Amino acid sequence: MTDRGKWHERLKVTLWTLIVPPILWAGHFLFSYLWAAISCAKAGAFMTFPIVFVAGTLLALALIGLSGWIAWRQGGTPGSSAPHEDGTDIDRLRFIAKSTLLLAGLSFVGVLFTVLPVIFLRDCM
Amino acid sequence: MRRAWLCTPLLLATGGCNATQSTLDVFGAEAREIRHIAMILTVGAIVILAIVVALYVRAVRAPEGRLSHEAGMRMVLWVGAIGPAVILAALLVYALPAMRPRPTSPVDMVIRVEGEQFWWRVAYVPPGATPMLSANEVRVPVGRTVAFELTAQDVLHSFWIPGLAGKMDMIPGRTNRLVVRAEKAGRYRGVCAEFCGLSHALMAFDVIAMPADAFDAWLARDSVSIARSAGRGAALFDAQGCGGCHAIRGTSHVATIGPDLSHFGERLTVGAGILPPSVEATAAFIRAPQATKPGVRMPAYPQLSDADARMIATYLKGLR
Ligand code: HEC
Ligand SMILES: [Cu+2]
Repeated sequence: MTDRGKWHERLKVTLWTLIVPPILWAGHFLFSYLWAAISCAKAGAFMTFPIVFVAGTLLALALIGLSGWIAWRQGGTPGSSAPHEDGTDIDRLRFIAKSTLLLAGLSFVGVLFTVLPVIFLRDCM
Repeated sequence: MRRAWLCTPLLLATGGCNATQSTLDVFGAEAREIRHIAMILTVGAIVILAIVVALYVRAVRAPEGRLSHEAGMRMVLWVGAIGPAVILAALLVYALPAMRPRPTSPVDMVIRVEGEQFWWRVAYVPPGATPMLSANEVRVPVGRTVAFELTAQDVLHSFWIPGLAGKMDMIPGRTNRLVVRAEKAGRYRGVCAEFCGLSHALMAFDVIAMPADAFDAWLARDSVSIARSAGRGAALFDAQGCGGCHAIRGTSHVATIGPDLSHFGERLTVGAGILPPSVEATAAFIRAPQATKPGVRMPAYPQLSDADARMIATYLKGLR
């Protein structure tokens, strides 16, 4: 690796990367609705083998996991102990990284909860 | 005297208790499942509330310095985030199968119900036989799967028999299916559960769960041709033009604008679950239906004398 460090260390958590996990969750939510509506309209029933849905879900989970992991690595910068509440760059970074990590966890669970009905209800009603 | 205040909410809460229209006193498999889930949620919520309150009290009472920041954060992570996520996931997995409709086969009975301001048009469609028309009353055979096909004519309604199953919307231009199985014979009640106009709260119906063979006999007797007596009541019914909206099998009246009156004498209530099934109540309803149900879609007959209205009512009560 170059002296500029690994690629995920060159990325910097910002307010913009903070909203990535919830946006992925929202996107997956919309995708699920569209997928169910289109399957029901075109095929009259859920696909028996929902490859598109499984792929979309795995992609969303992977990206959320990735953003959480990056945030975790960045928040783990060594330094003074908690609480990190000063108006310094490093404390700001830690705060945003921690928030991103928490949002990633929430979004991960949110995506899983969106998926469960599809597994149990294979019916267009 | 203090206790009297406690009684008020209790009275309010139990005031709605009855056995004919209750999600707690069930007679169908679907409603039983829903009640089971509701019980688990209620008991679970009480247990979790107790745990949270206990933790809260312990944290507040703890002497200063006993709780470390780190231990507190670990607790928030496990009890505040991971625990609830796992519990909710488990509940979701447990409750979702209840939303799966019961499987049906082509030999199952279909009952079509159409909601209309402010009554119910009912058609029993036994497999391979001609539909039998009725209104404001639903009969179901005990121990058999029945598929309701629900729709509406004018505005949104919702079909709800609390003791039998969950509610299902009735949407104009769309047919929704609700599959049920009654488990206990008896007389029950259903209601419209979606605001649909002035008399929405007066739009109900009787539900009669019958032993399967009694149900078959009840359904079969309709195909035996019925000879209707032609007395003064029948003549008045003709003369007043009631047949422009109401059908009575065995006569020349076949209109389907208002409720089918072929077996009106059998109905347990008059006016879609609202009035007692007496000649007096029926006569009063005929002369001034809007006095019972504001916004009703049946014209009033103030010119009809009380005696004539009773004649018609007696005639209608005789239709079995
Ligand atoms: C314009 C159509 C129309 C005419 C004409 C009409 N009705 Fe009705 N009738 C209705 C409608 C609609 C209802 C349902 C009212 C409700 O409950 O909301 C109804 C309800 C009834 C009911 C109660 C039915 C039940 O299942 O409880 C009776 C009885 C009845 N009408 C008798 C008569 C008689 C007798 C006449 C003639 C004197 C008459 N109707 C004329 C439309 C009509
Ligand atoms: Cu209604």
